[in-house]
Amino acid sequence: MKKQILRHYNAFLAFIFSCLTSMGVAAESGLWNLNMPRGVTEVSKSAYDVHMLMMYVCIAIGVVVFGFMFYVMYAHRKSRGVKAANFHENFTVEVIWTIVPAIILLGMAFPATTSLLKVYDTENPDIDIKVTGYQWKWQYEYIGEGIKFMSELRTSQDEQYGRAAKGEHYLREVTQPLVIPTNKKVRFLITGNDVIHSWWVPDFAVKRDAIPGLFTSAWAKTDQPGVYVGACTELCGKDHSRMPVVVEVKEEADYYEWLAGKKAEAVLYESTIGKNWSDSELMAKGEEIYGISCAGCHQAQGEGIAGIFPSLVGSSIVTGPVEDHIGILINGVAGSAMQSFADQLSEVDIAAVIHYKRNSWGNNMNDTVQPLDVLNYKQSR
Amino acid sequence: MAHGPSENFFTRWFFSTNHKDIGTLYLWFSFAMFLLGGAFAMIIRAELFQPGMQLIKPEFFNQMTTMHGLVMVFGAIMPAFVGLANWLIPMMIGAPDMALPRMNNLSFWILPFAFTILVATLFMEGGGPNFGWTFYAPLSTTYAPDTVNYFIFGVHLMGASSIMGSINIIATVMNMRAPGMTYMKMPLFVWTWLITAFLLVAVMPVLAGAVTMMLMDINFGTSFFDAAGGGDPVLFQHVFWFFGHPEVYIIILPAFGVVSQIIPTFSRKPLFGYSSMVYATAAIAFLSFIVWAHHMFTVGMPIAGELYFMYATMLIAVPTGVKVFNWITTMYKGALTFETPMLFCIAFVILFTFGGFTGMMLSIAAADTQYHDTYFVVAHFHYVMVAGAVFSGTAAIYYWLPKWCGRMYDETMGKVQFWLAFIAFNITFMPQHFLGLAGMPRRYSDYGLQFADWNMVSSIGAFMYGGAQLLFLFNVIRTIGWGKPVEDPKVWEGADGLEWTLPTPPPFHTFSTPPVVK
Repeated sequence: MKKQILRHYNAFLAFIFSCLTSMGVAAESGLWNLNMPRGVTEVSKSAYDVHMLMMYVCIAIGVVVFGFMFYVMYAHRKSRGVKAANFHENFTVEVIWTIVPAIILLGMAFPATTSLLKVYDTENPDIDIKVTGYQWKWQYEYIGEGIKFMSELRTSQDEQYGRAAKGEHYLREVTQPLVIPTNKKVRFLITGNDVIHSWWVPDFAVKRDAIPGLFTSAWAKTDQPGVYVGACTELCGKDHSRMPVVVEVKEEADYYEWLAGKKAEAVLYESTIGKNWSDSELMAKGEEIYGISCAGCHQAQGEGIAGIFPSLVGSSIVTGPVEDHIGILINGVAGSAMQSFADQLSEVDIAAVIHYKRNSWGNNMNDTVQPLDVLNYKQSR
Repeated sequence: MAHGPSENFFTRWFFSTNHKDIGTLYLWFSFAMFLLGGAFAMIIRAELFQPGMQLIKPEFFNQMTTMHGLVMVFGAIMPAFVGLANWLIPMMIGAPDMALPRMNNLSFWILPFAFTILVATLFMEGGGPNFGWTFYAPLSTTYAPDTVNYFIFGVHLMGASSIMGSINIIATVMNMRAPGMTYMKMPLFVWTWLITAFLLVAVMPVLAGAVTMMLMDINFGTSFFDAAGGGDPVLFQHVFWFFGHPEVYIIILPAFGVVSQIIPTFSRKPLFGYSSMVYATAAIAFLSFIVWAHHMFTVGMPIAGELYFMYATMLIAVPTGVKVFNWITTMYKGALTFETPMLFCIAFVILFTFGGFTGMMLSIAAADTQYHDTYFVVAHFHYVMVAGAVFSGTAAIYYWLPKWCGRMYDETMGKVQFWLAFIAFNITFMPQHFLGLAGMPRRYSDYGLQFADWNMVSSIGAFMYGGAQLLFLFNVIRTIGWGKPVEDPKVWEGADGLEWTLPTPPPFHTFSTPPVVK
């Protein structure tokens, strides 16, 4: 009995100690953030400036008002033997405390207006990028360049559920970041595919809702290369916190090199569609895609979540004709969270992930699905 | 002819038409909901104690944030103030009861059923509502769990209850004032409730319209909020916030009323600017109707709309400032004592004003681009909702409970509770400002490592704050059962108003003969 108590006590001490050390480590690495980043664009700097101005104005008002209040609480306590006065209402005072705040507000309206005008200055961009929010990932399309790709969370389920140590970039890492050049005015045209998302990059002060059926716009122009991390800021379902925005700003020359590489990749890809993929190639590729695009809902072992996301183990679609299985991925299921992947995954990815599902977790179909099957399905429609 | 309550427990509480008994029912119901909503908050803060998913799944987390908001707003805070109105308005204006006592019974008894339906969805297949208390379409329509229909029905019931309650209050205040009790002599609590009741009657049907359109979209193939069918998801937000912004003033105006009763009592000095307080309340109520889209600065409104909503929102600072200045000048040159109700009211003035400051910052649309939907907003509205509405509600209970039950609460325990709540509140919500500014969005079930420290602090504060509420419950039960008897009708030295002319505790029926107010 005593031993047990001692063990609990030790566990408790260990817990307290781990809390304290983690707080200490955080403090050392400068994590106790207090304020908004100033950011790297004209818009973000002006948002920061107007934020600081408002804060100073509020602090000044607070010092005066609360200062007077604390003086009253000290000086006019009954325990000091004071007698209550009986006055009330004073026209002059009441007019003053209505007009003075109104004047302060008028003063603040000017910087508030000019900074907002900057946010809305989206005309004449050098580059247009379409940003589409999906449950729970982003798609970036370089308009006029023929380049389009998905950007999904790369942090593993194991890290999220405490089965593996959390990496340095926990929930801040994606499969492919958005890449933009320095010194170019980039306009983001933002929309949603399913529910409303919101695309936010704090260092650009860009936050616009991604609304299905509508476009919102925002812009950024910066001279500072680097990696800027943001987030989805409109509740969009269960993995709302698992669709980070990562933007990499490259020097102009590097950007064009990257763009050329991207285009070459697309050409190279075309040549792999016709190839006959082996079972092991498909399984390896399929497992990777499943982890990124499917496991969020259908879970790591295909077991799904009762009542929300169907299980894939022995399901009628997974064990049915290949044709129907491809159809589900290409078309999605209207009115449900199962979206169309035709635009999100390549033919190779779709073939591989279908093959993987049909030959995992006790599903044993022993058939092979080739990228060409997917392409044929798409073209037949 | 005066008679007491029914001896039969069932008849007394279920068939009651007595404003005091119905007030008591409202208050106990609201406290039960407060504990339930608090339990949801504890689950949220426990999960957010560290990065990573430790206790619950993300889909359940979303149900918790949604239910926490719905239960606190519609189940805890609103019924608490309706309970206070039931107890106090007849006693303050010299009326024998509410104008419509049977409807009073109905408007209360709808609530337990509405919330049973709402909470039961947690145990159904697919889980409860998971789309946030603002239930933006299409997440709450096309992508919602099937239980959303129960949620819609529940909201309809709550709305019906609120509308009946407010009609009752309007009818009572307009028709049942004692001779000589002119409008400009009514206590401020009555004034703020009269204005609140009009707000409720105006906006509850708007909420009903919004959820009915959802119901149609989900079950009957309409496309109010679906762009694919010619609708507009942003329309939902306009309709919701046309209800939602007045709603937050519905919550805070009665709180202003409570504070305007308590501060003069413990300052032993009349309220500084009675009429300007009345006008300021009316001005805030009016402004509440024309600022709704400041909740939507990131939906991509045209700049003209955005500028208009920004300027109109900034204007709210003027009447709100008038209120704060009035409370402080009421204290000026008074003879102050700091009993528990006064402590809560002073904390209200300080923390509510702080929430007002962050509100002004949020009104600046360019800066709001950064604040919007982050923990900065969460911190802001908890400063006005918790330190505003909940603190003033607590103050009201400590202030009037001795009158109602004729027994005094334990002052030391009350003060301990106050300091615990005050400190824990700030430990919980102050760091959330920093989290939001550093970039943490709200409604996140998991977060990057850079937010770990402040989240841990915030969770520790939240657990402390939860504990302080249990102390409050204990103190109230102890007072009702075993508190030191009070006989003085005034209870408090500086108390002023008709309710304090009644015996302590007041008999079951009061003011059967109207008093004359000079």
